[in-house]
Amino acid sequence: MTNVCYRTLQFDEPWTLEAYESVGGYQVLRRIMQEKTPCDQIINELKEASLRGRGGAGFPTGVKWSFMTSASQGAKYVVCNADESEPGTCKDRDILRYNPHQLIEGMIIAGYAMGCTSGYIYIRGEFTEPFARVETALQQAKAAGLVGSNILESGFDFQLETAIGAGAYICGEETALLNSLEGKKGFPRFKPPFPANVGLYGRPTTVNNVETLASVPVILEKGAKWFLELGKPNNGGTKIFSVTGHVNKPGNYEVPLGIPFKELLELAGGVRNGNKLKAVIPGGSSMPVLPAEIIMETDMDYDSLMKAGSMLGTAAVIVMDETTCMVKALECISKFYMEESCGQCTPCREGTGWLHRVIHRIENGQGKPEDLDNLVRVAKNIEGRTICALGEAAAWPVGAFMKHFRDEFAYHIQHKKCLVG
Amino acid sequence: MAETELYKLTETMCGEIDQWIAKFPPERKQSALLASLHIVQKETGWLSTAQLNAVADYLGLAYVTVYEVATFYSMYDLQPVGRHKVHLCNNISCMLNGSEKLSEHVKAKLGVEFGATTTDGKFTLKHAECLAACAGAPAAQIDGVHYENLTPEKIDKILDNLD
Amino acid sequence: MIELEIDGKKVEAEPGNMIIQVADAMGVYIPRFCYHKKLSIAANCRMCLVEVEKIGKPVPACATPISQGMRVFTKSEKALAAQRAVMEFLLINHPLDCPICDQGGECELQDLALGYGDDLSRYTEGKRAVDDENLGSLIATDMTRCIHCTRCVRFGTEVAGMRELGTVWRGEHMEIKTFVGKSLTSEVSGNIIDLCPVGALTSKPYRYTARAWELQQRYTIAPHDCLGSHLNVHVRRNEVMRVVPRESEAINETWLSDRDRFSYTGLKSEDRLNQPMIKQSGHWQSVSWEVALEYMLEALKKVIAVQGPEQAAGIISPSATLEESYLFQRLLRGLGCPNIDHRLRQIDFADQDSMPLYPGLKVKIADLEQQRAVLIIGANVRQEQPLLALRLRKANLKGAQIFCINPIDYQVNFNLNQKLICHPTLLPEMLAGIIKAILVKQAIEAPTTIAEQLKSIQVTEQQQAIAEALSVNQPSTILLGAIAQQHPQAATLRSLASLLAELTGASVNLLTEGANTAGAWLAGAVPHRGAVGLTQDKLGQTIAELFAEPRKAYVLFNVEPAQDCANPKQVTKALQQADLVVALTPYNTPYLQQHADVLLPIAHHAETSGTYVNAEGEWQSFAAVVSAPEQVKPGWKVLRVLGNLADLADFNYTASTEIRDELQGMLANHSLKVAKQVQPRINLAYTKHPLTRITEWPMYRVDGLVRRALPLQQAASHDSVGIRINSKMIEQLQLAAGGLATVEQAGESVTLPVILDERIPQGCALIAGGFAETEVLAESFGAITIHV
Ligand SMILES: Cc1cc2nc3c(=O)[nH]c(=O)nc-3n(C[C@H](O)[C@H](O)[C@H](O)COP(=O)(O)O)c2cc1C
Ligand code: SF4
Ligand code: FES
Repeated sequence: MTNVCYRTLQFDEPWTLEAYESVGGYQVLRRIMQEKTPCDQIINELKEASLRGRGGAGFPTGVKWSFMTSASQGAKYVVCNADESEPGTCKDRDILRYNPHQLIEGMIIAGYAMGCTSGYIYIRGEFTEPFARVETALQQAKAAGLVGSNILESGFDFQLETAIGAGAYICGEETALLNSLEGKKGFPRFKPPFPANVGLYGRPTTVNNVETLASVPVILEKGAKWFLELGKPNNGGTKIFSVTGHVNKPGNYEVPLGIPFKELLELAGGVRNGNKLKAVIPGGSSMPVLPAEIIMETDMDYDSLMKAGSMLGTAAVIVMDETTCMVKALECISKFYMEESCGQCTPCREGTGWLHRVIHRIENGQGKPEDLDNLVRVAKNIEGRTICALGEAAAWPVGAFMKHFRDEFAYHIQHKKCLVG
Repeated sequence: MAETELYKLTETMCGEIDQWIAKFPPERKQSALLASLHIVQKETGWLSTAQLNAVADYLGLAYVTVYEVATFYSMYDLQPVGRHKVHLCNNISCMLNGSEKLSEHVKAKLGVEFGATTTDGKFTLKHAECLAACAGAPAAQIDGVHYENLTPEKIDKILDNLD
Repeated sequence: MIELEIDGKKVEAEPGNMIIQVADAMGVYIPRFCYHKKLSIAANCRMCLVEVEKIGKPVPACATPISQGMRVFTKSEKALAAQRAVMEFLLINHPLDCPICDQGGECELQDLALGYGDDLSRYTEGKRAVDDENLGSLIATDMTRCIHCTRCVRFGTEVAGMRELGTVWRGEHMEIKTFVGKSLTSEVSGNIIDLCPVGALTSKPYRYTARAWELQQRYTIAPHDCLGSHLNVHVRRNEVMRVVPRESEAINETWLSDRDRFSYTGLKSEDRLNQPMIKQSGHWQSVSWEVALEYMLEALKKVIAVQGPEQAAGIISPSATLEESYLFQRLLRGLGCPNIDHRLRQIDFADQDSMPLYPGLKVKIADLEQQRAVLIIGANVRQEQPLLALRLRKANLKGAQIFCINPIDYQVNFNLNQKLICHPTLLPEMLAGIIKAILVKQAIEAPTTIAEQLKSIQVTEQQQAIAEALSVNQPSTILLGAIAQQHPQAATLRSLASLLAELTGASVNLLTEGANTAGAWLAGAVPHRGAVGLTQDKLGQTIAELFAEPRKAYVLFNVEPAQDCANPKQVTKALQQADLVVALTPYNTPYLQQHADVLLPIAHHAETSGTYVNAEGEWQSFAAVVSAPEQVKPGWKVLRVLGNLADLADFNYTASTEIRDELQGMLANHSLKVAKQVQPRINLAYTKHPLTRITEWPMYRVDGLVRRALPLQQAASHDSVGIRINSKMIEQLQLAAGGLATVEQAGESVTLPVILDERIPQGCALIAGGFAETEVLAESFGAITIHV
């Protein structure tokens, strides 16, 4: 297995500076500081590597960084999104806990490449242990002259600090995160303007996911080509898949993009108790569910999953076996988005609750035949009409569950009980 | 504003808050708000109106701004809580791995519903939204510490060991 | 210029405009709830979704900037589908009980919902209920109706500059709330009633008293401050039911102060005078107008004839109309008496000969926003002219530096770059320090009037900074407020301000009292000048002299002497000894019963036609919005009849507009050359009392009408009466905050609650005027003692 973000996992205390340096950590930063590598060169390297954002949307990182370089003088920021809260997703937490230095190195390089004056690592409030690990690592890096003023005598200044959330999934949305970082409620901002123009404190800002940033040092160390070829064209590198649910060995698997689902399932020990696979959500709970027959034939990368009718999202693979009640599963998912809607825009504030209540009723044997069409209609009415993508996150699961498992919902309504006993 | 007289931040709190303020540009004290509320909440486990006011005054913010933030984020409690906060995750990965049974068990054991505090003031039981511990489902956070792969027996032990 | 197309129509607009702005300008209506042209863009209601060619998703018209060649469809199938969907979402948790909702008939949600009619009721789950907020005596809440557009929250944060309302909790639990059950204290809070598109925030006094469709809308001008805000008055069966703003970009924009919005509630006061009355041998009796007018005129003529014209005096409210002021002075001057004044609360008139045609603003109200530096002297702007404070806030947000010199650390809704808070007697010195700073810096010799006095003044860094800012940042403005003008050294303050203005290039602006100070000067309601500033053969005496040396006859026009004037004790003494006191008044009060001899019932501002000239010199005429009770007459008509009865020439007006036109004609022909440009007297010397009374008139005590507006008296923004004093002084005088204490002034005493107020400087107590409780006290800035 090739580890990119989990490079230090073999050590007893993988989070220490020594552990990280023993696998070549901070060498890339040292080289860049010494050679004064042109920013363009770094950004082009990332473009060639076809690194795509690991936070869910899969936007090419190099392209995103290039939006920043031309921006005006004055403060500019790079922000790490360590708010990891999408149900099923637990990969960033392990980078924070076990390889914080690589994230820090990635942040410094990002800051350098985009001409940023400072950076923040925004960590969700519940991450007590990861926060402590990152904070300690940051202090070590500061003490070693790797962060702060005049880094490694290069003349480059970059301030880096941790910041903390307080319990709100929506703060993973990048503009909500910026508001939260400003000490406000996590209300997403209307875009445009995008953060690259108007971000933290109104200044140009780039927000990247933990895994995205942690991938950067390794790409620059081993080269774009190496990284790209780990995966497939347009889907470069490895990806950490959080495989959870009904598998024998749930866990985070850092494997090349494009791995067939079958293989990934095998890595995770196969479906529990030898049960039959029923359905899989391949990218965190907001992504469309795929029935077994489709997912078993699909490769796990951005483009393949898109073709199959879903998305890679956060690569949180939620596996459901034949004993799963799909009504119950959707009820659980829809409750989450209702609880986590920030409440500012009408379709999401009103629609997420509506969806959940109808599904809850069906689950409790009080469904009506017209509920099915209504669910689809309400979900469609949310989609594309909200300020941020939480609207879609709430609508897509409903659409997909209804598309693939409508019969099961109909059964529930008719028989006031579950198809799967 | 006269209200602050009701509650005074301790020196330790102010010291910790100042460290947070220092992380941000000088005119951006508000950025330290979330951390400040965490710091003050450590004292009793929840935030009183007087405490919110004190934080507002310390950071130079309108009271309602602090109130907005304190009510928006789920980790702040604005009502008295028990000595220990038990947050069980019920999201999809945990649900698929038996969190409902675990919830029933804990409810019965503590004799309270979600959102309530035991009569002896020892535990407050709440739902957690996904804790990013899905590979260790079912998971819980108890007093800020993650616990994974929970079973009724395992959680019994954890809860029994708290004083 | 950008060219685009909306619904097939080509249009050009400036870049940076949003689709909705361009559509509004074209008259294409796009539905909206959160968007408001005076507020920041929230784009949260999603009602304004429209289709734009080549963009997949519908976009919010309020937040999507226009671009070259854009083709917008506001009523395409896609746009309508999106709008309909949003409407459905808005309604699922909104009560559908329009017939019992106060907003029914004028609800933006109701109006729009009708337009989408059909399939809006597929929601069968339970509706959300939200607890109500108690926002105080002015605004009623029905928060279950709230659609979370956040206009009210944004208004507070952005326009009013007071973050009192917020959105708390989140998701579908989100609520609009104050900080834990507080009433609103903003002096412009009522605007959120207009802003709320549904029935969540409504007017408490108006609530459930009428339905929108029963009301007739009439137009008038606000009667309480020198801005002259435009009002729409809603009337049902000759009763004023409520008051709302009428948009006027130059004056009040879309806003209204709470005082202008709610003072109509004082119209129906129980002490309304409904019949002329005369007092004979200590007994009051109602009489006919003829009897009353004859009686009054005879008595007045007799005083003038027997005691001499200097023994009569006419005092008129600065909120009387231009026409009333004009006829008032014509009548008295016609009878030979030049003693006319409207400057009720002023003390120092040393510079009155060098005053301009009328005091007021040199800068247009709207242009205040453009100022780069502003110095406020002796003003509580938020209370005196609430909407002017909003303009200053806007200037401030655009980068203007604002400074103040005040005896009280007044709360403002903008940032003060420097504030000089000092004992009131030191106001002139403070200002002089700024002048000295400039003179020193620019090495200019001090004018002789002041050179000697400047010598001992030490210039502080703050004064230096203010001097610098006023000269460097142009345009700059100096504003003198009520305290400056009511100050014992008001003339000195005005002269210093003019000097400072000369040195810095700033303009001097006077924030005058009442609704029509400018009109009163223009009409000649001052003792030293006639109408349009014409010089007079016979000069009268100022109000200060008219009460300090009691006269035998007083004619009062819409004045409550002991609550409206600078030295109530002196006023009362003067009235007591007079042979004749005539009050033209809307009210029949115990005070007038005791001190007057003739009471003539005159109409309220809402019941009369007339003109107010605002501080920037705008003449704004209005008609009566309701008719007065049968025996009550508009003031100008009473004065006209008196003029006729007295056989004065050219007194045959048939409409108030004739009076206005006459004045306007005079103004066109005689423009005032302030005869002698008198060197004003600058006198920095002062006597400092051991304990000084500071007097201000709280915003809801400035005139008879607001004093009777109960909801305003109960508002959280209202300052109650008491001895306001800081904690050090409380300790020093051994008082107890919240307890009672006795104030003695000029031999009179009253017992009042002690109110802890850290804004008050050492050596002073703020004891407001305008209250019955303080009407026995004396001078505004006089010596007092306080003890338990
Ligand atoms: C509702 C919502 C929640 C999100 N949560 C996260 C999150 O927890 N972590 C994350 O990295 N990105 C999250 N995102 C995506 C971010 O908005 C953003 O796209 C991402 O941080 C960009 O980083 P990347 O380009 O490196 O992927 C979320 C997006 C939405 C709409
Ligand atoms: S879509 Fe939902 S979470 Fe996103 S801004 Fe709108 S209400 Fe908030
Ligand atoms: S008016 Fe545009 S979103 Fe509300």
